[in-house]
Amino acid sequence: MTYAKRYDGRKWTETRPITAETGVVKMADGSARFKIGKTEAIAAVYGPRDLHPRFMQDPEKGVLRIFYSMMPFSGAGDRVRPGPSRRSKELNLVIQKALLPVLNLDDFPNKVVDVFVVFPQTDAGSRCAGICAASMALADAGMQMKDVVSAVSVGKVDDKLVVDMDYAEEAHPEGEVADIPVAVIPSTGEITLIQMDGKITKEELIKGVKDGWSAFDTIADIQRKAIAGRYGGKEE
Amino acid sequence: MQIYASKEHIIAALQKGVRLDGRKPEEYRKITIETNVTATAEGSARVKFGDSEVIAGVKLSTGTPYPDTPDKGVLIVNAEMLPLSNPAFEPGPPSINAIETSRVIDRGIRESDTINVKDLCIREGELVWLVNVDICPINADGTMIDIGALAAIAALKGAKLPPLKDDKPDYKAEPTGDMLPVSSMPIPITVIKIGDVLVMDPTFEELSIADSRLTVTTLADGTICAMQKGGDGTLKIEDIEKMLELTTKKASELRKDLEKALK
Repeated sequence: MTYAKRYDGRKWTETRPITAETGVVKMADGSARFKIGKTEAIAAVYGPRDLHPRFMQDPEKGVLRIFYSMMPFSGAGDRVRPGPSRRSKELNLVIQKALLPVLNLDDFPNKVVDVFVVFPQTDAGSRCAGICAASMALADAGMQMKDVVSAVSVGKVDDKLVVDMDYAEEAHPEGEVADIPVAVIPSTGEITLIQMDGKITKEELIKGVKDGWSAFDTIADIQRKAIAGRYGGKEE
Repeated sequence: MQIYASKEHIIAALQKGVRLDGRKPEEYRKITIETNVTATAEGSARVKFGDSEVIAGVKLSTGTPYPDTPDKGVLIVNAEMLPLSNPAFEPGPPSINAIETSRVIDRGIRESDTINVKDLCIREGELVWLVNVDICPINADGTMIDIGALAAIAALKGAKLPPLKDDKPDYKAEPTGDMLPVSSMPIPITVIKIGDVLVMDPTFEELSIADSRLTVTTLADGTICAMQKGGDGTLKIEDIEKMLELTTKKASELRKDLEKALK
């Protein structure tokens, strides 16, 4: 028994269709929507603004806060209870760590940059879509950044290495399934987030990430175009 | 970044019959209503008044009825003023204004028998539908009560019942083709008073300087089913009379727009 063909007919290293745009939340200082298949993230940036209570401030540089939240009707199964959960808190942390390496917050001591990421619908890969949307929203807010951050999950379904797993693949009933969300800085090739659950050999893990690398470039291209397009700029 | 105009500036413009975005006092922004905007909800809608935008989604589940109402299902309306949608909505417990907004939306929908909860009964005393409508603002630039309620109604109206498997909804299966039974469509309309001018479809900026506010919810036959006065200022009975006229007229227009969008 092998996983011979992907459920939705994609090639093994092909992502689902992606659309991205910036400036979708007019009240915010910067915002973006990143949609990959049926996973849709909307990110809005507010700040740099004052941070209270004061003990949370950093006198040397600005603080980046992430608030990940799924809309209650955005899960594949039952309603998701609104408000923070242990899962969303961990995601806030790993998304923050995924974005910090590209951001320069030195000019904003004692201030905070808040990034809110919400999901109207999800079909796996929400943290990666969230990172893509958040990095575009930060650029849209005019933050000083080295590059965007591009993220997608790679993984293994039964005997095949795949890119951008959807919910059906994560739930594949036969063989081992491994899900590895990865975020990279496309221009330097540095990895800013990697997590994994499931079972995979070390050779397969390295091969999976390397085979999937072109997806990061594809995503970065779409992100940069959406940012440049908003200001009438040219893509590089 | 938002730059706010002074109250005096807005009032001076209003006295000449214009608003900062060029509208007349009673003029609405462009209204768009879309349904089926998310794949994971049983029903959903996106409503925009200009840049003010809300997504509402319906999630259906099953459960046992309350002992005192064995033949009735449950409708729960929840509006959360997401901090994503406006710089004034900070993370943490909702502010008093956010709570008021969600309660007024909830009251308009629940108390007007939008859903006859007896229609949600599957087996009396044993199994009923639980209907959750969640209202999520994306960009909160004023008139959140009206936009949120409209989105919730549109989402409910388009919700499809999933088939049951062991008395639990099977979300992965194709919907049964049966729609969630919606019996009435309450439409809330908000009018604010700035100085002595009545303003409709106010922006966040206009709302923040309003003297008083009245939200009137009406049914198809023109009956008023909910009302809420807000703001620090007062209203004379003549003001309320004028406001009722404006809101009921607009409600019937908006009802036609909604029906058209749901076809």
